Amino acid sequence: MKNVLSIALLLLFATCISAQDNSKALFKLPEINVKNMNGEPFNTAEIDNEGKPIIMTFWATWCKPCMKEHDAINEVYQDWIEETGVKLYAVSIDNARSSKRVMPTVNGKGWEFDVLLDPNGDLKRAMNVNIPPHTFIINGNGEVVWQHIGYLEGDEMEYIEIVEKLIAGEDID
Amino acid sequence: MKTLLFRSLTILFVFIGMAAGAQSFLEGGKVNGNIQMDAQYYSTDDKLGITDTTLNFRKFGMNAFGNVNYTNGDFSAGMRFESYLNPMLGFDDRFEGTGIPYWFAKYKVGTLEMTAGHFYEQFGSGLILRGWEEWTLGYDNNFYGFNAHFSPIKGVMLKGLVGTQRYFWEPYETGNRGIVRGADGDFFLNDMFESMAESKTKIDLGASFVSKYEKVPSFTYNIETAFDSISDGGDTTQWINQKNYKLNLPNNVASWALRANIAHGGFNFYGEYAQKGADPNATNDYIFRKGQALYSTLSYSTMGLGIFLSTKWIDNMSYKSKLTETGNPPMLDINYLPAITKEHPYSMATMYPYATQPNGEFGLQGQIIYTLPKKSALGGKYGTTLTFNYSLAKSIQKDTLSASSVTGGIAGTDGYETKFFSIGDLTYYQDFNFMIEKKFNSKIKAKAAYFNQTYNKHVIEDNLYDDHNMVDANIAVLDLTYKFDRRNSLRAELQGLWTKEDDGDWMALLLEYNISPTWFFSVQDEFNYGNPDGDMQVHYYNVSFGYTQKSNRFSLRYGRQRDGLLCVGGVCRYVPASTGFTLTLTSSF
Repeated sequence: MKNVLSIALLLLFATCISAQDNSKALFKLPEINVKNMNGEPFNTAEIDNEGKPIIMTFWATWCKPCMKEHDAINEVYQDWIEETGVKLYAVSIDNARSSKRVMPTVNGKGWEFDVLLDPNGDLKRAMNVNIPPHTFIINGNGEVVWQHIGYLEGDEMEYIEIVEKLIAGEDID
Repeated sequence: MKTLLFRSLTILFVFIGMAAGAQSFLEGGKVNGNIQMDAQYYSTDDKLGITDTTLNFRKFGMNAFGNVNYTNGDFSAGMRFESYLNPMLGFDDRFEGTGIPYWFAKYKVGTLEMTAGHFYEQFGSGLILRGWEEWTLGYDNNFYGFNAHFSPIKGVMLKGLVGTQRYFWEPYETGNRGIVRGADGDFFLNDMFESMAESKTKIDLGASFVSKYEKVPSFTYNIETAFDSISDGGDTTQWINQKNYKLNLPNNVASWALRANIAHGGFNFYGEYAQKGADPNATNDYIFRKGQALYSTLSYSTMGLGIFLSTKWIDNMSYKSKLTETGNPPMLDINYLPAITKEHPYSMATMYPYATQPNGEFGLQGQIIYTLPKKSALGGKYGTTLTFNYSLAKSIQKDTLSASSVTGGIAGTDGYETKFFSIGDLTYYQDFNFMIEKKFNSKIKAKAAYFNQTYNKHVIEDNLYDDHNMVDANIAVLDLTYKFDRRNSLRAELQGLWTKEDDGDWMALLLEYNISPTWFFSVQDEFNYGNPDGDMQVHYYNVSFGYTQKSNRFSLRYGRQRDGLLCVGGVCRYVPASTGFTLTLTSSF
């Protein structure tokens, strides 16, 4: 039975894949219910930066490279905004154990970007994030156009280069 | 089985029909997904006592999954394919095999969203219901059934679900596990009432109800007592008084919870209280007590300062959809009881991790993060961040009721008595730690941390509730990063762990060279130089490198892995020691 199921599902996806459009975007930012920093309901459809690119990073308070990534971005974030108008959303996948620690951590660290809470990994699953940190760049039409797994010292410069290319209308590959 | 097959096929053909038939439906559709493969090649290692026999002649282990999601407007469908051939060391043998443990179809019309198939869900903080998965832990308790989310007016979210839970690869059958039903309402008052829309105080209230139905097994006990002896002309007859008892196991076990989140300016308060009906099960030794839990957090934060306080009190809250399930590895959990301690990112600080004790614990945690401002005398040019954290887990007071003679020594009907929010004498865990983070200049960054941990090994690892095996450890960490230029950096991590108990003292050194955004190379050694057993003063060395190309990541590691508990969110898995190669491949598309 398992085999029949697998084949049928694969068929379904094969049909779907063959029918998808050919734009460069990887996928559209999914519409998922998460929470904002005040614990208010927030749907990712509300994410908007007036047609300018958006960077979205997945992180957790217990993830060492994520904290490094955010510290590094925070240092240059004001410059980024002035130069490109980019906006950063940091999506915390901290679960019930640590999600209430997110706001004190963000403020305590003095991070200046927007933070969203995804305590049961709904957005994480919809965007196929395996392990944090995982960074996405979203174009002005709300389409994910670039993604990157992990964080190495200096990777943030790569992000802003992609954003600059997007704004200039250049090919990001 | 036949009807199951028929049903599955019908559902699938409906989907395929929808997908293939309606061409307009497919326009603009997008497919995305991800794949991860973890493969290990094991070698024998005399030093660690690893032989072909202990490995069961399994030289190779591989865990892998692939997700494919299809999204088109308000419709989405997806599945996850998993393979464990063989399961890697530390994963239960029952995972062996290949299949699709997770697939779903989801549709949204207006404010109603329906999911058919498998789904994950969480009510409140999860005290009575949480379906989730964690790949590194091999944990997946997804629900298989139907789930609906409905928002009748702005600010109100109602959820309802019915399903059975995943148990390795075993399909659901009557009697092999229960059926879970649940409903939850979330009410964000500021959106519901016009008069509160502008209020600076944000109030969110919630209530949930969960019920489990299970066809219960029959547990009987026979008590025999010699009643009398009668002597009749030389023949002695002994009368035996035999009594049969049967445990009165409930078919339905209900639970409910109430919660509130109140935010005002920099303050945030969250509180949730849950109660569970009588639920005799293998975890609590089949006692008929009700369960209770309270979880609350209070935080205050403003730019540069964050304060967090949290308490927890739980009693008899193991809640599984099969009453005979014990919990190693943890499966069929309906609820989630978070560990109250902090998760640390350094290997020595996670040598002694805490795991939630569902039968009863009191917990407390406090944390302060403060960033000394940039360009101040103490903060330096870039600012300096200080973090203090304290957590404590203790037993709750239990007055044991006299053991029942019927069940042969198992605790009496209710097991014990306790007062709400009572705190017992036995320490399960304590952790005090602080960290300083400072950037000296554009090239050098440093972090220094100190931890003092008390670990009750008997309680956490062996289910023995005494203080005869306490580990008191002091841990120090120095983490330095040197940035040569935009792309090249070197990171060094020096760690020490000192304890008179358990395996004694450790030193660890890690060197990592990074070339952004593609390469990393690292060498690491954890040396157990203070092990009281001279033969076990082992170097756990590791050499690894990794390559990242956009959303593809590939890493290869060779070395020794020490045994220990791997914990995520208070749920732990024991990982045995091993030596060999580990290959990890991750990709998203």
